[in-house]
Amino acid sequence: MLQGWIIVFTSFAYLGLLFAIAYYADTRADAGRSVISSPYIYSLSLAVYATAWTFYGSVGRAASDGIGFLPIYIGPTLMIALWWVVMRKILRISKQNRITSLADFIASRYGKSALLGGAVTVIAVIGIVPYISLQLKAVSSGFLILMQYPEIVMPAKFAVPVAQDTALWVALILALFTIAFGTRHLDAAEHHEGMVAAIAFESLVKLLAFLAVGIYVTFVIYDGFGDVFSQAAAHRDLVPMLTPLSGLSGNYASWVWLTILSMAAIMFLPRQFQVAVIENKDERQLNKAIWLFPLYMLAINVFVLPIAFGGRMHFPAGIVDADTYVLTIPMAEKQELLALLVFIGGLSAATGMVIVETIALSTMVCNDLVMPVLLRLRSLRLNERPDLTGMLLGIRRGAIVLILLLGYLYFRLAGEAYALVSIGLISFAAVAQFAPAALCGIFWKGGTRRGALCGLLAGFGVWGYTLLLPAFARSGWLPIGLLEQGPWGIELLRPLELFGLKGLDQITHAMIWSMIANVGAYVAVSLSGSPSAEETRQASLFVDVFRTSRAGGGARFWRGTASVPELHSLLARFLGAEAADEAFHGYARARGLRWPEEAPVADADFVHFVETQLAGAIGAASARIMVASVVKEEALTLDEVRAMLDEASQIIVYSHKLEQKSQELERATNELRAANERLTELDRLKDDFVSTVSHELRTPLTSIRAFSEILHDHPDLPEADRARFLGIITKETERLTRLIHQVLDASRLESGRTEWHESLVDLREVIEDTVAATSQLFREREVRLETRLPERVPKVVADLDRIVQVVVNLLSNAVKFVESGRGRVEVAVLEDGEFVRVDVRDNGSGISLEDQRIIFDKFRQAGDALTGKPQGSGLGLHISRRIIERFGGRMWVESQPGDGACFSFTLPSVRELAFARAA
Amino acid sequence: MNEFETRGQRLIALCLLGFLLFNYPILALFNAPSTVFGIPVLYAYIFCAWAALIALMAWVVEKRG
Repeated sequence: MLQGWIIVFTSFAYLGLLFAIAYYADTRADAGRSVISSPYIYSLSLAVYATAWTFYGSVGRAASDGIGFLPIYIGPTLMIALWWVVMRKILRISKQNRITSLADFIASRYGKSALLGGAVTVIAVIGIVPYISLQLKAVSSGFLILMQYPEIVMPAKFAVPVAQDTALWVALILALFTIAFGTRHLDAAEHHEGMVAAIAFESLVKLLAFLAVGIYVTFVIYDGFGDVFSQAAAHRDLVPMLTPLSGLSGNYASWVWLTILSMAAIMFLPRQFQVAVIENKDERQLNKAIWLFPLYMLAINVFVLPIAFGGRMHFPAGIVDADTYVLTIPMAEKQELLALLVFIGGLSAATGMVIVETIALSTMVCNDLVMPVLLRLRSLRLNERPDLTGMLLGIRRGAIVLILLLGYLYFRLAGEAYALVSIGLISFAAVAQFAPAALCGIFWKGGTRRGALCGLLAGFGVWGYTLLLPAFARSGWLPIGLLEQGPWGIELLRPLELFGLKGLDQITHAMIWSMIANVGAYVAVSLSGSPSAEETRQASLFVDVFRTSRAGGGARFWRGTASVPELHSLLARFLGAEAADEAFHGYARARGLRWPEEAPVADADFVHFVETQLAGAIGAASARIMVASVVKEEALTLDEVRAMLDEASQIIVYSHKLEQKSQELERATNELRAANERLTELDRLKDDFVSTVSHELRTPLTSIRAFSEILHDHPDLPEADRARFLGIITKETERLTRLIHQVLDASRLESGRTEWHESLVDLREVIEDTVAATSQLFREREVRLETRLPERVPKVVADLDRIVQVVVNLLSNAVKFVESGRGRVEVAVLEDGEFVRVDVRDNGSGISLEDQRIIFDKFRQAGDALTGKPQGSGLGLHISRRIIERFGGRMWVESQPGDGACFSFTLPSVRELAFARAA
Repeated sequence: MNEFETRGQRLIALCLLGFLLFNYPILALFNAPSTVFGIPVLYAYIFCAWAALIALMAWVVEKRG
């Protein structure tokens, strides 16, 4: 069933589907409803990290040394944990400066240096082309193997004519595909939404395909993970792979360096930088990606070992290339559909990588290599052309085709020299050279352009000497003696054992020397020179990105004159007239102007705006050249830039201080306002108090005076009347005394001048004593008094006399408000958690809800004016509550009008103390 | 210290933890010929530790407040 045409048809159908997805996403993006703003799509697009190298090569490497492939995925897991700190900063910098590629990023950091951008581009292209050819090789050999079905034959090692070579066709189709997605139009922000959506879909396909074959091998051919490994343990030659690590200097060192290498790769492979930084729409997408992307890598690696062991056991040694086990095991088992799915999975892994990588590289080649050169060639008169957008697109398309053809060329020339994995690692080591300049650049202001350039070139030189040279020698392009005896017979310079460093694998060896050279040169040269004005300002913009974003960004470093029409025509030349108009519109609108009737002032802010817009299309270095060509600039000296930086940081510090001060002021104002309100309230209360007190005093005084006058004016009153009047006078005087006593008491309580005599109080005893003392009162009013007291209650800490005062107050209130004859008052003591509670319940008329709220306030009494005069001073409950609260308790009332009231208070018990004393 | 910084520091700590877990000498402890459910103990350890690390990272970034 697996005829050639079916395979070809399926492949094209798959590519067609990709087109459809990309087209759909692009249309959605144009309509303003982006599909790629989802963090899930972002995480999946990051999985472009897993290429055909992962898809086929991991199994190949696992089949030879067990877990040696794992650091390539564990490294990124560790690195992505640092993304919260590192990547957030890179994202912020890139958004602010409209970075278009990795080369642009590094060039921008070191003073928008075109030279540095060009160097990064060249290194990236040289380093990545073999990696691209690896993808072409994977697709073409996968196709050739599948074509032979049901036979399992490795593809011929000898070259077929170019026109019949599958890899060439793959390269050309991918070039077309990439051109269609990557250079559909010039986007000032370099967003390729369609491409990202397609890449995310490809990540899903390759994961599913790999999981399918993994599950098939592990659970259908074998009986689960345990079964695979126990069967492998029976093979003598597989036993060492079950405990694959040995020797500190060998395995562990290469494990560590491979981890570090892939940590750099996940940041600085051009395709990773493209999807992670350039295509990122929102910093918040990092949140999910930080754990989803490692999860993806875990998932795609779980079945690598079972497939590798399965393949080793399935095929006799030396017949089938271990890199193809993923494909050949389903073929050997006659699983045609599965084999086809695997092929599509491998195709998706390869195409995903090739598309993103070539887009990233073509942007770099166009913006950081070709344009700066073209713009400098005055003979081309580029300045006079009205529209350069066509030329930009043309350069990018040309670069895409060129890069893919270079990849094909490398494949033709050296394709069979190495297994898949080693080529991938050589590329990793090349891009790792970007790490010092890029990472130090965002945290250390001291790095200079010369330092970065020297570090980069030194590292790249060592990389070429220790990795590329041996590869060429093994391919027969250079004499092999170079490796064995060293150049000119100097053994110390042997590329694989440089300066006599032995016992390491090739990658570890190369990484150690290239990193020493790279970091060493970067730091040494940076520290020995001093940065220019432009470098200082860019360093500050990058390192302090989270601070400068508030203080005006890059515009504050510019001085000069410019004309708006010239800037407009400059922008129009590179972005197209429409996009330029739109950008000017946006800028003017933000300042309340109506372009084109009202032109904005061509100040520093505006020139900076135009330069950033331009940078989004042609890179920072070229944008700098172009803007400088149309405006008259005054060069700033280094001292001036430093002074501005100092000033800016001073301003930031001051404004921070100012902010703090104003917050403090606001807080103080609020406190003052609250205090003022409280004082006004107190003043009102005092007035109320005075008027109420004088009213309360006047009532008994009036009656005393009236009766005294009667006695005075009528000396002949009958003895009985005289005695009655004198009795009233005495009673009213007593009431007056009590009132004055209470007022004094209340004011002492409020001002805190009361003396307290704290002791352990047994509430049961208090109740019994008080009930006995007030029993006369109850008998007089014919009110029944009942007590419900438990055997023992925990003691409380309080002032005995004061508590007695409270209970007396509650009892005398209760007796006052019940009906004589039918009245009943009940006193109960009970334990309530950590408190002791006293309830005084009566069956009087009850208290309305409204009164319940105010009854504890000063001079507030229950009952309305109609039922007669209030019976009491209105201070008793207020004082009682103060006393209870003084001892950490609470006092409240519950009542239904017409159904009696229950006054309760609680006091915290001291049970532990009581027990301690009893013991 | 704001929430961003706390989260950043937690993630840096996890990165260091990962370096410890996937390195000599911890790795060497598991490089033994015994098995767990038939799986060589080194392989089982690496994948379990890896999964646990991812779970911790997810916890740190998804935690509210």
